[in-house]
Amino acid sequence: MRFARIENVSVRFGTRVVLQNLSLDIAEGAITCLIGLSGAGKSTILRLLNGLRRPDSGHVFVRGVDVCCMRARDLVEFRRKIGFAFQFAALFDSMTVGDNVALPLREHTKLSAEEIDKIVMTSLESVGLETAKDKLPSELSGGMLKRAGFARAVVTNPELVLYDEPTTGLDPIITHVLTDTIVRLRKQLNGTAVVISHDLQSIFAMADYVAMLFEGAIIAYGTVDELQHSSNPIVQQFLQGSEVGPIPL
Amino acid sequence: MKILEDVGNGATGFLEYAGGLANLSAESGTFVGRMRIRLAETFSQAFTLGVQSTSIVLLTSLFTGMVISLESAVQAVQFGVGDLVGGGVAFISARELGPMLSAVVVAGRTGAAIAAELGSMVVTEQVEAIEALGLSPVQMLVVPRLLALMVMLPILTVFADIVSVLGGMWLAQTVAHISHDVFIQSARQAVSLLDVVKGLSKAVVFGAIIALVGSYQGLGTRGGAAGVGRATTGAVVISIILIFITNFVMSFLLYGYSG
Repeated sequence: MRFARIENVSVRFGTRVVLQNLSLDIAEGAITCLIGLSGAGKSTILRLLNGLRRPDSGHVFVRGVDVCCMRARDLVEFRRKIGFAFQFAALFDSMTVGDNVALPLREHTKLSAEEIDKIVMTSLESVGLETAKDKLPSELSGGMLKRAGFARAVVTNPELVLYDEPTTGLDPIITHVLTDTIVRLRKQLNGTAVVISHDLQSIFAMADYVAMLFEGAIIAYGTVDELQHSSNPIVQQFLQGSEVGPIPL
Repeated sequence: MKILEDVGNGATGFLEYAGGLANLSAESGTFVGRMRIRLAETFSQAFTLGVQSTSIVLLTSLFTGMVISLESAVQAVQFGVGDLVGGGVAFISARELGPMLSAVVVAGRTGAAIAAELGSMVVTEQVEAIEALGLSPVQMLVVPRLLALMVMLPILTVFADIVSVLGGMWLAQTVAHISHDVFIQSARQAVSLLDVVKGLSKAVVFGAIIALVGSYQGLGTRGGAAGVGRATTGAVVISIILIFITNFVMSFLLYGYSG
């Protein structure tokens, strides 16, 4: 079943065309990984899905509702159902990790302080950060920051979680831990996830579907196995990390 | 043709900036009108932006009051109008220098701080994270700073007025032997409570200008660390220019031709 559909979307930054007539389905209850060259527009796709960016043309449907036509007030409500784990965690550096994770609950629910505290602890435990509740983001390592970002993204039990390069710049062990965490969180939430990653091992371990973005369009979509056996030379060059092939350097 | 193009681009840029600033003001005003105010954050900003600016505001006001007195006291005594010095110092301090000097000093210190903090939050995606959480950056970041400065700048101005007059009074006695009684008597005759209130109303507007320009510059930051630097410089320069222009307009409206 389809959770979201991006339909004939074009996005420009100034004169640069980032996405051109791009269409993509996001399967419900699955992890869809987006791959592609740096600067190809993968992060823009995540921002389209939660309405942080409006396309210049085309439509983005999430559960059948066109995000592009939402009023500001509806967009605020809509975003509460979508978690976003940013590339550099984007934790508020003036708040403790616990306060960061608690923020969406304090702002959007009428739960008591005790109830919020309990949910925050559960969320932090789910990413193995129960001891970091009272620490400031500046006191955490890169991997811990990312996990704290995950905890904040999932604390409201969102239907869709968007992960922007969750493993970039981390060592293989932490990468493995984070990959496992993403898979576990998706199962716990019984939701849908879209992950941008350059780490092919990690993608092969977690993805139900993979979409490859190239020159503003999706050039390949399928399961990991389908992608690995794709006859598209661009996909093969990308997966092999080869300098030789149709992708211009 | 190039000149016309430059003028056109400049005018477009100016209108875009003015429109953006007006939009931010309106959005902030809407949150304040609906009482959607984060009180704890507002108090925290009042301390950071206001209380921590006290010493620098007092220091500049003290020396300004003293220099006005220094320039005027000896000459005034020579011309036999030494009893007007207190009035002159208090008059200028309450109506013009108190609010404006405090605003310029606060713009340099806190306008820059606001732009730098929000600019850093933009480049580290924290502002985007606020939106992604279904919250408003204007409500979370701008409104507390706006209210804090609109309250704290008039308070700082009251202290600035007092310190400026006290500095002037001390110097008038030291260099021109004008007694404290004469000085105070002259000040009381020259300045009414309405003058002080009008001066403070300017400070409220200046506080809003500093907070809104700082926030607008910060939230509009593009391009990493260099962008934060540009936003910070722009916040100070634009705030100070707007403070001078607004001061003239408000003086004209509040005091008119009659004084």
